[in-house]
Amino acid sequence: MTHAPGWLAAVSLAAGLAAGFGYAPREAVQGNVQRIMYLHVPSVLTAYLAFGLVLLGSIGYLATRRPGWDRLAGAAGEIGVLFTGLTIVSGSIWGRPTWGTWWTWDARLTSTAMLFLIYVGYLLLRSVIDDPDARGRYAAVVGILGAVNIPIVHFSVKWWRALHQPSTILGPGPAPIDPAIEVVLFLNWVAFTLLFAYFLARRIEIARLEET
Amino acid sequence: MHERGATISPDPVIRVALVRKVFGLVPVLDGVSLDVRGGEAVALLGPNGAGKTTLLRILATLLRPTAGSLEIGGIDARRDPERVRPLMAMVAHGSYVYEDLTARENLRFWEVMRGGDAAPARLMAALAQVELDGVADERARTFSAGMKRRLALARVLLGQARVLLLDEPFTGLDQRGRKWVHEFLQTFKAGGGAAVVATHSFGVGLGVADRIGILVGGRLLVDRPAADLSGAQLYRLYESLTDGLEVAP
Amino acid sequence: MSYTRRAWIIFHKDLLVERRSKEQTNALLFFCLLLLFLFQFALGPDRERLAAALPGLLWLGFILAGLLGLGRSFLAERENDCWEGLRLTPGDKSAIYLGKLTGNCVLMTAVEIMLVLLFALFYNVDLWTPAAPLALVLALGTLGLAAVGTLFAAMTTQVRARELLFPVLLLPAQVPVLLATVSATQALLLGQPLADVAHWLKLLAGADCVYVTIGVLTFEFVLEG
Repeated sequence: MTHAPGWLAAVSLAAGLAAGFGYAPREAVQGNVQRIMYLHVPSVLTAYLAFGLVLLGSIGYLATRRPGWDRLAGAAGEIGVLFTGLTIVSGSIWGRPTWGTWWTWDARLTSTAMLFLIYVGYLLLRSVIDDPDARGRYAAVVGILGAVNIPIVHFSVKWWRALHQPSTILGPGPAPIDPAIEVVLFLNWVAFTLLFAYFLARRIEIARLEET
Repeated sequence: MHERGATISPDPVIRVALVRKVFGLVPVLDGVSLDVRGGEAVALLGPNGAGKTTLLRILATLLRPTAGSLEIGGIDARRDPERVRPLMAMVAHGSYVYEDLTARENLRFWEVMRGGDAAPARLMAALAQVELDGVADERARTFSAGMKRRLALARVLLGQARVLLLDEPFTGLDQRGRKWVHEFLQTFKAGGGAAVVATHSFGVGLGVADRIGILVGGRLLVDRPAADLSGAQLYRLYESLTDGLEVAP
Repeated sequence: MSYTRRAWIIFHKDLLVERRSKEQTNALLFFCLLLLFLFQFALGPDRERLAAALPGLLWLGFILAGLLGLGRSFLAERENDCWEGLRLTPGDKSAIYLGKLTGNCVLMTAVEIMLVLLFALFYNVDLWTPAAPLALVLALGTLGLAAVGTLFAAMTTQVRARELLFPVLLLPAQVPVLLATVSATQALLLGQPLADVAHWLKLLAGADCVYVTIGVLTFEFVLEG
């Protein structure tokens, strides 16, 4: 049942990447390295989707105590961390030629790194609790707090950066002007979302099988 | 031996029906049914690991059963554990005693947490009943195991529970302490309360109970009035069910 | 009203236990003194460098002390199954959270005052002029740290690898509080008026509301089991 979406995801991903690295025009200012945006932006959007599902699963579990919600939260958490990691790495690669370093405390990158840390902590908590009910409950509390903290982290980091440096021109910035870039970006975003859905479904399935 | 009271009410205060509890893949309780009436004490005998403590904790609403129903005082304890808790008192291995508080402060804390009246006179009266009034202002850290157990009983006295759950209440107590708990249980029953006592010693079981239940491997294999069994009969029955597993006299 | 009584008795009980055992507060205050030396040695004798890092060091010290102090919030409950006893009490369990939170806020405030005094003394900082707005920042930061710390302490008390998991969970959650308090403290120490840091204060106040609310709403799920 979960294989058809997988193929669909694979195909659209292939199409998206091909478009990103082939069809899409070369960006004027940054050059070819800008193409990594087709990985970076969909990654972060998918990560946010994942963490939204963690919040949903957490609330669902506390409200109903049905294991299905906890499986959703756990699976979404894992995949979310994966995509956040991808976001950071792609962001870092993108920034390297322009900033000269692999890392900088740019507001967006820092916020994303915080996101990563919060949810890695979430996964660590899950890994040390054996009792499924306790795990579900505790993870749900951390998941809810983590999600609610995201906007707070975002603002605090943004204002903190504003203190030290005027905001850089870097990052996705205002919407790309070239419609071709927009289209390819959208295509990749759809591909990533499909991929995410596929991973999620598989992971939940595995979790369900592990419990019986 | 002891009297079956006319004080035993007809309606069960505790109704357990087909309760199962599974931890992971291991079934610890496998379809246990039990009724306990007001004014009655049931002793749950069984070897270690038979599920006595688990059953008691389910009764206390500390654990949820995997399946089955539980009714206490007419209330569905599975759906409404909060409503059921004020009716019950549990005295288990941990005595719920804060070591750095005095006896009086411990009582006051738990009584306020219960939402009850923590008037100093009431607290002292309860302490007097368990003969701890002399050490009311001593820290619990200085108490023996027996004294902590008595403090727990004082807490129960203040709470006016209808159901008393005791898990191995005599362990670690000297002769005087045991007599204490015994008398406490009799008074509790006389007041119409229902008690379940888990123990692996059936000298104890026979001494306090109106009914004996033997729990082996998660199943209640025996449920008989204590008056029907002599000590020797009980011993033989127990042996046959537990295949000679360790038993205390 | 039973809820307030219960929150109060929890606070009172913790106060009594702490006063009698004295283990925690004395050790924590001594820890603050040690931190002072640690920071001095780590940053070297350069006065300027130390002065520039001061707001950060103050809050770093505070968070480190918080990790030690808050993590132990529910340790007393592990003795004699008192945790279980609390589970069996009737009524809204969030009263327990609020009682514990109050106790932790008092503890953390004591630590803070200690740190501030030590800093003023040893690093020769003028903390009197901005005292009032600084106190406000400190209060808001304390509440933020204690609110999440109390919740996570309850959680990790029952969990394996408790000593590791508590900081791992708490620190990322505290980043906004840290950023806000350090930025605000820095501005205040430089003589800027309160109005300049108003946005930070609003962030802190908002975050505090959120954290306490989540603590109140989810504590019963943590207490259970």
